[in-house]
Amino acid sequence: MTHEIILAGFGGQGVLFAGKVLSYAGLLDGKEVSWLPSYGPEMRGGTANCSVCVSDEPIGSPLILQPNVLLAMNTPSFDKFIDTVKAGGTAVVDSSMVDSTTDREDIKVFYVPATELASENDLNGMANIILLGKIIKETEMFTLDEIKAGLEKSIPPSKAALFDSNIKAIQIGMNS
Amino acid sequence: MERSLMKGNEALAEAALRAGCKCFFGYPITPQTEISAYLAKKMAKAGGLFLQAESEVAAINMVLGASGTGTRVMTSSSSPGISLKSEGISYIAGSDLPCVIINVQRGGPGLGGIQPSQADYWQATKGLGHGDFHVIVYAPASVQEMVDMVINAFDKADEYRMPAMILADGLLGQMMEPVTFPEIKQKNSEKTWAADGHKNKRKHNIINSLYLQPDVLENSVVERYKRYDTIQENETDAENYLCEDADIVLCAFGATARVAKSAVNQAREKGIKAGLFRPKTLWPFPVNEINEAVKNAKTVLTVEMSMGQMIDDVKLAINCSKPVEFFGRTGGIIPTPTEILAEIEKLGGAK
Repeated sequence: MTHEIILAGFGGQGVLFAGKVLSYAGLLDGKEVSWLPSYGPEMRGGTANCSVCVSDEPIGSPLILQPNVLLAMNTPSFDKFIDTVKAGGTAVVDSSMVDSTTDREDIKVFYVPATELASENDLNGMANIILLGKIIKETEMFTLDEIKAGLEKSIPPSKAALFDSNIKAIQIGMNS
Repeated sequence: MERSLMKGNEALAEAALRAGCKCFFGYPITPQTEISAYLAKKMAKAGGLFLQAESEVAAINMVLGASGTGTRVMTSSSSPGISLKSEGISYIAGSDLPCVIINVQRGGPGLGGIQPSQADYWQATKGLGHGDFHVIVYAPASVQEMVDMVINAFDKADEYRMPAMILADGLLGQMMEPVTFPEIKQKNSEKTWAADGHKNKRKHNIINSLYLQPDVLENSVVERYKRYDTIQENETDAENYLCEDADIVLCAFGATARVAKSAVNQAREKGIKAGLFRPKTLWPFPVNEINEAVKNAKTVLTVEMSMGQMIDDVKLAINCSKPVEFFGRTGGIIPTPTEILAEIEKLGGAK
């Protein structure tokens, strides 16, 4: 089984971090993983994205062109990637930030008002983690415990106090 | 051993510290800046010196000076910065000094772009500066190899008293993968040639690359080439993937080899007998290994992130005994498995 995930949004929304959490969850689960960020001038205020592969097999190209999972946190990212999702794939979209929708019927699309949910629950800046919760629930990529382990590894010691909030965000996403 | 998730650039920097690198001189440039940033934080704590020089030219000459004292030293840059360093690299080679040079390649020529490229192959293997000389060139294809090869590069640079280069690219530098750091056996390499203070107990050592008498200069170059012969004999390394029964053997290095391997797997699923030959050392080029890998093949397909540079060495190595075709993307575009597969199918890929 190979998951090929693109996570995209504005710089600062935490798409690279969300990708890192998935990668660590995969690593701790004994999978092969790779994480490749977009890098360059587009990251300044523009869109940022990363490609994450989680697989039972060694990973060839870490660059994903046709993801089976898409996390989109702004309209430009949604517009850029939604048509690249493989048939049968899953897209999880922050509908607080994305004003487009898709007509595609060959993929599952979940519109989650993650940014609003985050601010309602005093979890500002954690829309990315809420969406991650939705992804693991809909794709069954990881269990709650596995993603917890991934979070534990990804959160730097200086921000360890935010661990519980992150878990809460995951749970809100899973129940959305 | 614990697997951790690290960017290629950071893993390489950590490996250099563990390999006993005590001096780093560099100048920032995308996509390798994480190497500098990592060492800026960690080098002093490891008892070494990190210095951001005023330019690439200054940095490489600081490398020459530090190496002359017998210190393990490294510098790092990306394509345009390596061009700036080339004069100093020639001086280091001419002075028979060891050092490790990292090139995390980006698109060129000129300032080019900042996305991954392999268009510095010729520069690294054939013309890294003026004069008759080589550097050992390693081509990692994973974050783990960024680690393993830089550790080996320090040892080999010391052993042969010459620069060793890691020829990576922006993709390997920026990506994160699981990595483990091997136990390092510190090799006992006494540097009797080092200019590190003779304390009136021995004759002073001279480090120099200037020989005004042609016969003396010729001797020094010929001496160096004897060492190069030993290196070509002993230091080649390559990976051979499904080549044994392959009708078409792809030849690719670094990040491109990963993409090519995906294409080989897809070709195999379609019943096409494809294989992959991946040089891990670019100089010395693994001549015997490639001849073994292609012996049953009908066609060789070289795949590179350039307009075709390694293809010359492939043709030379196999003496043009098979048709050698080329597919490449350049300017920072990473080839896709699909387009490589199309190329395999176009070339017959006899089922």
